[in-house]
Amino acid sequence: MDTTVTTGSEDSVWGGGNRPLNASYGKMMMWFFIVSDALTFSGFLVSYGFSRFKFIETWPIADEVFTHVPFFHGNYPMIYVAFMTFILIMSSVTMVLAVDAGHKMKKNAVIWYMFATIIGGAIFVGSQAWEWATFIKGDYGALETKGGRIIQFVNAETGERAALRDFSKALPEDRIKHENNAGIWYQADGYKTSFSLNEVVEGFKASPNILIRTETINEEGEKTLLTRQESLAKLKDVTQVVEGANLIHNEYGSRLFADFFFFITGFHGFHVFSGVLINIIIFFNVILGTYEKRGHYEMVEKVGLYWHFVDLVWVFVFTFFYLV
Amino acid sequence: MAHEHKLEIFRGLVKFKSNIQKIWGVLIFLTIVTLIEVGLGIVKPEVLTKNYFLGMKLLNWIFIILTLVKAYYIAWDFMHLRDEKSALRRAIVWTPIFLVCYLIFILLFEADYIYNVFKDGFLAWDF
Repeated sequence: MDTTVTTGSEDSVWGGGNRPLNASYGKMMMWFFIVSDALTFSGFLVSYGFSRFKFIETWPIADEVFTHVPFFHGNYPMIYVAFMTFILIMSSVTMVLAVDAGHKMKKNAVIWYMFATIIGGAIFVGSQAWEWATFIKGDYGALETKGGRIIQFVNAETGERAALRDFSKALPEDRIKHENNAGIWYQADGYKTSFSLNEVVEGFKASPNILIRTETINEEGEKTLLTRQESLAKLKDVTQVVEGANLIHNEYGSRLFADFFFFITGFHGFHVFSGVLINIIIFFNVILGTYEKRGHYEMVEKVGLYWHFVDLVWVFVFTFFYLV
Repeated sequence: MAHEHKLEIFRGLVKFKSNIQKIWGVLIFLTIVTLIEVGLGIVKPEVLTKNYFLGMKLLNWIFIILTLVKAYYIAWDFMHLRDEKSALRRAIVWTPIFLVCYLIFILLFEADYIYNVFKDGFLAWDF
C-alpha cells in the first residue's frame, strides 16, 4: 500500500473541491459583485469630475449649498453630512461586530448587532431623504439668464445672501393660466414660483442695497460680486425665476450639479435602502435560527461585505461631493 | 472558515488583543480622520487653498489622500481583506484601481480640453 496515493496533492488539484483563494463560492461572488459595483460608482464619480472640470470656474461651492441641519436655524456647512458619515461608519462597526459574534456562534449578540445596523441604516436613509427635500425646496431663490446661467443676490450691507422674498415687490398682477383652449400646443405648467420675474426685477431696482452674485469663481475662491451698476446691466439678461432644484433648473448654479446630486446620492441611497432590506431578511433568519442550524454565520459575513461596501462608497461620495 | 484575524494595524505599530478591540480601534481612527476632514473643510486654511500641486489645491489633495486612507481601513479591517489570501486581495484591489486610474486620466484630460475650448474657442456660453 506504500505506493498508493490517497490524499496526494497532485491528483486532487484538478479534481475539484479545493479552494485556492480560501474563500467560499458565495463570498467570492459577493466580492465580484462589489468590484463591478465599485466600477459603476467610479463611473458616476468620474463623470461628475468631468463636468466639474469642464465648468471649473463656475461650479457651485458645496459649502454654500448644503448648510442646513434639521431642527436648527442658521448656517452650518458640512455638519449634517459629517453626522451622516459618522452614522454610516458606526453602523459598519455594529455590522462587523455582528460578523465577529457570528464567528463565535453567539446568536443573541448577532441579533442585537444586526438590529443596531438596521437602525443606523434607516437613520442614514432618512437623513438623505431630508437632505433631498431641503435641496429640492431651496432657500434663497435665484434668476436664470438667457444662457442658462444662475444669478443670485447678496445684501451689500451685511455681505450675506439675500432671498427673493427679502426684496421682491408684490405687484398687482395676475398670473395668466395657460389653458387648453388658448393654443394648439398645450403644455401643463407645473413649475410655479412664489414671485414673478417682473416682481423680482422691480424689487431689485427699488432696493439699492442688493447686488448680484454670478456663478464665476474669483481668485479668492468665492463667487464674483457685481457692482450695483453691473448688476443692473446684468438684470437685462434674465429670463425666469428659479426656486429650489429639479433636473432642469436649480438655484445653486450649474444645472449639472443638481443632476449629479440626484443621480449619485440617489443611487447610493438606493444601495443603502436595499442594504437595509437585505439586513432585515438576514436579521429574521438569525432570529429563526437558520444559521444556527446551518452551523455557521457566513450569510451575515456576506451581507456584511455589501454593507461595508455601501459605507466605502459613501466615504468617496462625501469627499467628492461635499469636501473637494 | 478562517477564524484567525491579524490584529495589528499601522504595520504593527498598534497591536490589539482581540478582534473586537481592533474594530473599536479602527472606528476611533476613522472618526479622527473624518473630524480632521470636516475641520479642514470648515476652516479652509489659506496655506492649503492658495498653494497648488499638479493643478489642484493642497487642501483637496489632503482630502483625497485621507479618503483613500479611510477606504483602506474599511476594506482591510471591516471587510476582512487583511485576513484574506493575498491573491484574492490583489485581484479585488488592483483591478478597479487600474481601471479607475485610466478612466480618471481620460475623462479629466478631456474635460480640461473642453474647458479650454469654451474659454478660448470664440464660443459664448456665459451670458
